Amino acid sequence: MNAIEIRQLQKSYRVYQKSEGLMASVRGLFHREHREVAAVKAIDLDVAQGEFVAFLGPNGAGKTTTLKLLSGVISPTGGEARVLGYVPWLRENEYRRRFALVMGQKNQLWWDLPAQESFTLHEKIYRIEHDAFVRTRDELCDLLDVGHLLGRPVRELSLGERMKMELTAALLHSPDVLFLDEPTIGLDVIAQHNIQKFLKFYQRERKITILLTSHYMKDVAALCKRVVIIAQGEIIYDGSLAGIIDRFSGHKILSLLFADGRMPSDLARYGDVLEIVEPKARLRVDRGSISQVLSSVLANHTLEDISVEDPPLEEVIAELYSHSAEESERGKTAEEIRNGERRNARTSERRTK
Amino acid sequence: MFARVETWWTILKICVEERLVYRGDFMLGTLMRFLPIVTQIFLWTAVYASAGSGVIKGYTRNDIVAYYLLTMLARAFSSMPGLASGIARQVREGEIKKFLIQPIDLISYLLLARIAHKSIYYLVAAVPFALVYYLCRSYFPGWPTGEVFAAFLLSLVLAFLLGFFLETTMGMIAFWFLEVSSLLFVYMLFTFFFSGHMFPLEILPDPWRTMVDFLPFKYMAYFPAAVFLGKVQGTELVHGLMIQTAWVLGFIVLCRVTMQAGFNRYSGYGG
Repeated sequence: MNAIEIRQLQKSYRVYQKSEGLMASVRGLFHREHREVAAVKAIDLDVAQGEFVAFLGPNGAGKTTTLKLLSGVISPTGGEARVLGYVPWLRENEYRRRFALVMGQKNQLWWDLPAQESFTLHEKIYRIEHDAFVRTRDELCDLLDVGHLLGRPVRELSLGERMKMELTAALLHSPDVLFLDEPTIGLDVIAQHNIQKFLKFYQRERKITILLTSHYMKDVAALCKRVVIIAQGEIIYDGSLAGIIDRFSGHKILSLLFADGRMPSDLARYGDVLEIVEPKARLRVDRGSISQVLSSVLANHTLEDISVEDPPLEEVIAELYSHSAEESERGKTAEEIRNGERRNARTSERRTK
Repeated sequence: MFARVETWWTILKICVEERLVYRGDFMLGTLMRFLPIVTQIFLWTAVYASAGSGVIKGYTRNDIVAYYLLTMLARAFSSMPGLASGIARQVREGEIKKFLIQPIDLISYLLLARIAHKSIYYLVAAVPFALVYYLCRSYFPGWPTGEVFAAFLLSLVLAFLLGFFLETTMGMIAFWFLEVSSLLFVYMLFTFFFSGHMFPLEILPDPWRTMVDFLPFKYMAYFPAAVFLGKVQGTELVHGLMIQTAWVLGFIVLCRVTMQAGFNRYSGYGG
């Protein structure tokens, strides 16, 4: 069964287009030019019950907008979505008691009071049975190792401790769907690792559905089998993390260590030379010609060591982001050209009349 | 229903706790409120001395001081410091999302928080209030009858509700303008002149005098004080309470409608 079903979901914002300068600001008082910005462009996505899916994409790609749509904070410009069978933006209490949203940059706990008080409030507003509440709270605090901090005002907690409290608060009502918007942002490596470990364990135990956005590839690699890449408001990839490299990277990295310091000078004929530190060299070779290159290198040179690797994931993804940005720009010009052609066609029509 | 009452009770308790975190600032603020009384007494003594006559628009000097003290009490119920600006801040900083995501009603929550804050305030302010009233007892004409006193208490409760729902409605405007401080300033000016908290409304010249009868502001200060002093009696008193109730009901509806419209706008424009 699908926990999340998204069909042709769209969201565009109207933004006030301000030109530079004082005069423009004065004009803006009377007449404002607005521009539609499409944050999410007709996406389709199904997420099965119990899946842990990562949303990747550059800033402003539409990840957070999608999470906001699915948690009912915003309503869409078009299209449909169902989470656990509910339409999120109707904001029914039945739905609100079955999901949770945690935003790494937003605090949902009472700032001046101990987290315990926020938890008690959640017990009441989510109508959690008291015994179940105590059990869940103690279990979560145990897993996250924050039991001793329950009585301390939230403002006195460190960022990592606060994030753990946020997670506890969000999970007290045992939601079936959890949305995590950059939960490890700003945390140190150890705190990041702890949160990852916890999420992994919790998701495996409870089989809940989690959608996660993050900029840390380590989060994604540690947690999610399935990765959805969004860029310019469109889904450009949906599959495994490893699949990203297969699909988007046309290269392999070939590292060679030459024997006896006999370094050939014509390495460029095998591929792009990335680095030469005698007696080592690193080359970028087209994926298609890798076996051919390997055999000819082995035939012509004496080597001490050789390795073929995939390029680092971060690099591939960065390339992918910039590639999609270029593509969309080209798309825009293509549309303009089409519009221009139509205009020309219309004028010629008029001329014939 | 029981679950709901339990939720309300928990919110109330937590809000009281939160309030007590800042007890120092709060006590000081409460006590400072009593300072203007002294200047008011001097001011009105001077006004009556220069006017020559003992009665202005039906008020003797003692009446005026008693009136002023009573409007102070009424304002303690009807004024809502930080309510509208608090809503505006929550909208601006996105904290308002919590009320879209979690199964909790914004207006009920704000009301409970306000009741908690006011309760603490009355607890702290009771002693200085009693002291001031005791010291100024000679200005009062004496205790009203039980019925009038009951009407006075009722009008105070209604003044609280009116103040709350009116200012919450003002706060909801933040969904459209984000910054409501200048709007709140206008609102403050209006209450300043038309609620009667600086002077009895009888002093206002026409057409202002007639106009204030059609505005909700006078029920937030003037009306409770006038009830206590016996300025409104009989059917006029009953009518007054009914109109005050009607204003409260009107703003309860308006407040909810603006909240809903505000949420829709917020979610349409990207949260």
